[in-house]
Amino acid sequence: MQTEHIEDRSQGERASSSKEGREVKMAAIKLYGMMLSPNVTRVVTVLNELGLDFDSVDVDLRTGAHKHPDFLKLNPFGQIPALQDGDEVVFESRAINRYIATKYGSSGPNLLPTPSAKMEAWLEVESPHFFPLAQTVVYELLIKPLFGATPDTAEADKKAAELDKLLDVYEAHLAAGNKYLAGDVFTLADGNHMSWLFLLTKSPKAELVASRPHVKAWWEEISARPAWAKTVASIPLPPAV
Amino acid sequence: MAPVKVFGQAMSPNVARVLVFLEEAGADYELVDVDFQAKEHKSPDHLARNPFGQIPAFQDGDLVLFESRAVAKYVARKYKTDEADLLREGDHSEAAMVDVWTEVEAHTYSAALSPIVYECLIFPLMHGKPTDEKVVDESLGKLRKVLEVYEERLSKHRYLAGDFLSFADLNHFPYTFYFMATPHGALFESYPRVKAWWESIMSRPAIQKLSATMTP
Repeated sequence: MQTEHIEDRSQGERASSSKEGREVKMAAIKLYGMMLSPNVTRVVTVLNELGLDFDSVDVDLRTGAHKHPDFLKLNPFGQIPALQDGDEVVFESRAINRYIATKYGSSGPNLLPTPSAKMEAWLEVESPHFFPLAQTVVYELLIKPLFGATPDTAEADKKAAELDKLLDVYEAHLAAGNKYLAGDVFTLADGNHMSWLFLLTKSPKAELVASRPHVKAWWEEISARPAWAKTVASIPLPPAV
Repeated sequence: MAPVKVFGQAMSPNVARVLVFLEEAGADYELVDVDFQAKEHKSPDHLARNPFGQIPAFQDGDLVLFESRAVAKYVARKYKTDEADLLREGDHSEAAMVDVWTEVEAHTYSAALSPIVYECLIFPLMHGKPTDEKVVDESLGKLRKVLEVYEERLSKHRYLAGDFLSFADLNHFPYTFYFMATPHGALFESYPRVKAWWESIMSRPAIQKLSATMTP
């Protein structure tokens, strides 16, 4: 995986990073973002599941690179990630994941088996239900302290309580003969949860997962996947986490 | 063929989201009321259809489904014809654009617009709660920025995903319909292409038919 920075792109489309003066071929897929962002690693999860080569282009939110005109051409909403596949540009991590899972579905496990009503329902569940709650808990209790900011513990506790209720439904679902969210096989429904779920298990609210036998078993199963090990290795978490 | 069943009320934006696609397809459907006052949404029967105790839920023969966007996709796929292909799943590039702008509606557009609907309409009318103008002002600020991006996009393409009407455009209908009933609906006047796009959605016969059932 090669890395370049968004400000370097003015030097030319086919810029190559070289060590020892050697030209290195860039992959067709470029992922723009920063690896600390779980919305970016939501995509990395799927890229790795499919065994796809990609180049990582650093867009560091801390430097305001996401508001740079070059980046706004890729995502007019100025958010990470964005993905470039040849001439195709896609943004919104879940749209990106659906795009790569469909287009490159034969490179790896079939993450979007159709027809699967159960998969579609639980794929959707992640977005309005799980993500906003997990994001608040992780952001307040894990990310803010890392940057020396004061967490809003009242808000975090409120969302953790809602997440507690939500995970009861997951627990019941997984206990009802579902090894994965869509049933017997790992799908995009599981994959889309992993980046934020991972940080939840590193947060002070990890017991939300650990206290539920089926949710815990599900997390242990999906996080044992070899592709996930590769994804985790690319997340620059500080040693304290 | 038995009509499909949608559980919930047409006035609920997420139920309406599903009805949009059924109406566009001209499909037979039955709307089954879920009595919130009587806590029917928490009844074992309803929880068997939607384990989160929400509306809509959906049934087509033996198939039971929940999550309005998953149901809407199911409907769009089932009733797809050569003329009415709202998801464009046969073409990776087109499907990607449909997905992008469907996600934008879910995370960015509705996040800015729906608080205004809740504060100005739903809370006062349904819960007797007063409007929090601070929330409204904050949301209007966000919405203006979003509409700027939409204005730019719609100056390049007739619809959001491209030059074809898609799943992405129609997903905007329910909350935008209610937004127009708030005192802030005139905001769209400042974004002529967005306004034109909205009017073209509203003028569709299926949308006209559905709108009539959503007005109290």
